[in-house]
Amino acid sequence: MWNLTLCDANGPTFWLPQRASTVAGGADALFNVILWICVFFFALVTVLLVLFVIKYRHRPGVERDTAASHSMALEATWTLIPTVIVVFLYYYGFKHYLRMNVEPPNAYEITAHAQMWQWGFEYPNGYSDPELHVPVHAPVLMVLESADVIHSLFVPVFRVKKDVVPGRYNRLWFEATEPGTFDIYCAAYCGTNHSAMRSHVIVHKDQAEFDRWLADATARADNLPPLEKGRKLYVTKGCAQCHSIDGTRITGPSWKDVFGAMQPMTDGSQSLVDETFVHNFVRNPQAKVPMGYSPVMPPFPTSLLSENDVDALITFMKSISVHAPRSDSLSTRIGQPATAPTTAPAGTMPR
Amino acid sequence: MSAVTGPISYHGPVLDAEHAAGDNYLTHGRGLLSWAFTLDHKRIAIMYMVGVCFSFFVGGVFAILVRTMLWHPLDPGSAAATKSFDLYNHSFTLHGSVMVFMFIIPAIPAILGNFVLPMQLGAKDVAFPRLNLLSFWLYAFGVCFFMYVLFSGVLHAAFGWNVPGGYGLDTGWTFYTPYSSSRAQGAVVAATLGAFILGFSSILTGVNFIATIHMLRPKGMTWSRLPLFLWALYSTSIIQILATPVLGITLLLLCAERALGVGIFDPALGGDPVLFQHFFWFYSHPAVYIMILPAMGVISELISTFSRKHIFGYTFIAMSSVAIALLSFFVWGHHMFVSGQSPLTNAVFSLITFAVAIPSAIKVFNWLATLYGADIRLNTPMLFALGFIILFTVGGLTGLFLGTLAVDVHLTNTYFIVAHFHYVMMGSMLFAFIGGMYYWWPKMFGRMYSERWGQIAFWIVFIGFNLTFFPQFIAGSRGMPRRYASYPVQFVSFHRASSIGAYTMGAGLVLVGLSWVHALRRGKKAPDNPWGSNTLEWRSPSPPPHDNFLVTPEADDPYDLSGWKQDPAGGGWVYDAERAAKAAALNPTTLLSASGRKRQPRRHGDTEAHPR
Repeated sequence: MWNLTLCDANGPTFWLPQRASTVAGGADALFNVILWICVFFFALVTVLLVLFVIKYRHRPGVERDTAASHSMALEATWTLIPTVIVVFLYYYGFKHYLRMNVEPPNAYEITAHAQMWQWGFEYPNGYSDPELHVPVHAPVLMVLESADVIHSLFVPVFRVKKDVVPGRYNRLWFEATEPGTFDIYCAAYCGTNHSAMRSHVIVHKDQAEFDRWLADATARADNLPPLEKGRKLYVTKGCAQCHSIDGTRITGPSWKDVFGAMQPMTDGSQSLVDETFVHNFVRNPQAKVPMGYSPVMPPFPTSLLSENDVDALITFMKSISVHAPRSDSLSTRIGQPATAPTTAPAGTMPR
Repeated sequence: MSAVTGPISYHGPVLDAEHAAGDNYLTHGRGLLSWAFTLDHKRIAIMYMVGVCFSFFVGGVFAILVRTMLWHPLDPGSAAATKSFDLYNHSFTLHGSVMVFMFIIPAIPAILGNFVLPMQLGAKDVAFPRLNLLSFWLYAFGVCFFMYVLFSGVLHAAFGWNVPGGYGLDTGWTFYTPYSSSRAQGAVVAATLGAFILGFSSILTGVNFIATIHMLRPKGMTWSRLPLFLWALYSTSIIQILATPVLGITLLLLCAERALGVGIFDPALGGDPVLFQHFFWFYSHPAVYIMILPAMGVISELISTFSRKHIFGYTFIAMSSVAIALLSFFVWGHHMFVSGQSPLTNAVFSLITFAVAIPSAIKVFNWLATLYGADIRLNTPMLFALGFIILFTVGGLTGLFLGTLAVDVHLTNTYFIVAHFHYVMMGSMLFAFIGGMYYWWPKMFGRMYSERWGQIAFWIVFIGFNLTFFPQFIAGSRGMPRRYASYPVQFVSFHRASSIGAYTMGAGLVLVGLSWVHALRRGKKAPDNPWGSNTLEWRSPSPPPHDNFLVTPEADDPYDLSGWKQDPAGGGWVYDAERAAKAAALNPTTLLSASGRKRQPRRHGDTEAHPR
């Protein structure tokens, strides 16, 4: 329960996950001090209560004089001792909090984009990934941006958490101390798939490995043909959470056979789902709502989906629609399921 | 101030024509309209009781739904998961909203406060009986709004109906923007208007109680002889009056943004989401003290009565209630430590949060000291009071983790928070409420409950409660976020233990309700003072007549129990003037100094001119 062992001192304990950042040790030390204080006072109160109830229980037929009903000395004691304790907790709590909050200079800056219900981490070279990669033993500064509602970036093993608030740019920093893969959660309720808005932080064992990963990932992303890129975006931008590709209805219409077809809208009109429609719809999804669906799709501005990204998504939509025009340069034949992604977004599967 | 604490002029129930006929407030006037338009605080209390217990049941159903849905963590990728997650989000929101606004805030003040407060003052009614009736109907009206929200959700789920204004509610009881103002599909306007109306019920009750305590105290009841339950209600009323209007305005602003597009909290309209949090918590933090202060008042009554001993540290307990009420207004920012507010802001809120913990600790130690050297009877109300002390200690101590900034960063928005507030709201407030109901049940209905079933119910609820919520502390500190419809598989055992606990506790609570119903129909006739308490409500028949008292009582020290002795015939306690005089002469509250010499303590009312 109270990890007093020296070996594996940073491993998970009864109460806490493993420690993987420079501030985790201090936060946990405080946690353990408070735990001892709580155990002590809880034991004191419970033991005294049970003792008194047993010792001073009424015995039928026995009349008893009862003890005193005030004592200034006792009042002073049990006011002063708790006051001293809380001042101590306040001081060390604030002191360590300052260390957790004040960013070191020369930190590596990564922007975290939060949207309903997907994380996107943007590296200084412009590459964006649904998972967070960092090198070990290097301070990292996260700039937190929300596209819609309040989210919260929570990494339990680092002991860090900060709300991602639309309209402002909160910051959080950490320095990882252990290589490995760890959970990231959204810790502020943000709607239907709040509990699915998870990701991972991959701490690379050294700066070189991290640099290699970033170079590889960037190159792969840059060289992706539109169909592959569209398929990837379908997952990483969160489309998959509401739009299936096999015809199943989720929150939004399935993309199977939707491109090139006529879609009835709630205002009674019929819209042809072509390039113009998709480009407009993605920017302002509430302008026209498909019949039978609720107006819940959030808008995707260019900061989330560039024009090229939308083109890639259109390419992907065409590849799974019987109504799309045939063209060798734009689409592959239908009926090639081998490389089709699953509906579960990468990075959000529980491990 | 008079130094007299001699025998009081109460001579058993005087038989007059009305009382001889067995008439009491329940039989005085018949028919639905005599209840709907009653000005009798006791009848208003009973009507509140029906509404509040119904709300608790509704909130409880959602709780069971939530815990059942958490038995199996669902893979988020499937279409079935989305529907399930939506249902989950609506369930936890309605659980929280119904419980907070329709159960916890009104329960003790509106039921026990309304019934007992005027009687503890030896008065016929509250200062403003019509205002009291208005409070009740506002409550009922507010409940209707939430029932509408609920039904709109049920209709959508069952038939796919999309009623205008949204269906159900899935914003969380905290209504954070911009989700609630711009994204949620729920009936946010209906729900917030319901809360707005309920707020007025709360404010008007607060006004009434303060006026009554100031104006209708009887002869002999100085402020230092006010029962602690009334000190608690007085402090609660201060908070109700000062804080609730802020919530009202905030909810109206939220409606303006949602319905009219006025930009206040949504950055897309030029607003600030964190501003909403400040406004919301400025009320909602003091609101939690509206919940707990009356509960602590009940506990003071129960501990003293069932220890057959004067409450320890009366002045300190009374002053703690007032201190908590005042300090509670300065800590709201501790709900926002990770919202992005400055470290300085966080430091100030952290410090004052620790300060507000001290008076609560003082109360717990004073209750414990009351038990020392006492003559304890373990009736059902006492069991709930003792359970309160243990559970409130856990809830309060876990607040230390959350007030400490460096630790709160990790723990906030996890199950640790959920466990913490359930220990103080449910483990503490609910236990005090149930204890108070058992305690005052004989007075309210003239019937005794079954002691055996009360005790069985207590143990089931106590064990079930701890099984439900203690594992949540551990899950939270290990990283389990709150408001999660599904979760990583490593948390499965915690969730399942918690769900089993919830079913157990639910069974225990059903048993509590059944024991009350059984008491109503088959309970033994209750004596005037089944517990031998010296507060004034017991100087009256059980149940009381319409005007509360047959003989207007005069007040003395409400915790001086020495004048009461057990009545072998009636099963209750009766006043014995001779015995009271003898006890006063023996001066039972003598202090022993360190050397063992007896000292005369300074008693309330002692002055230089009138030494004892």
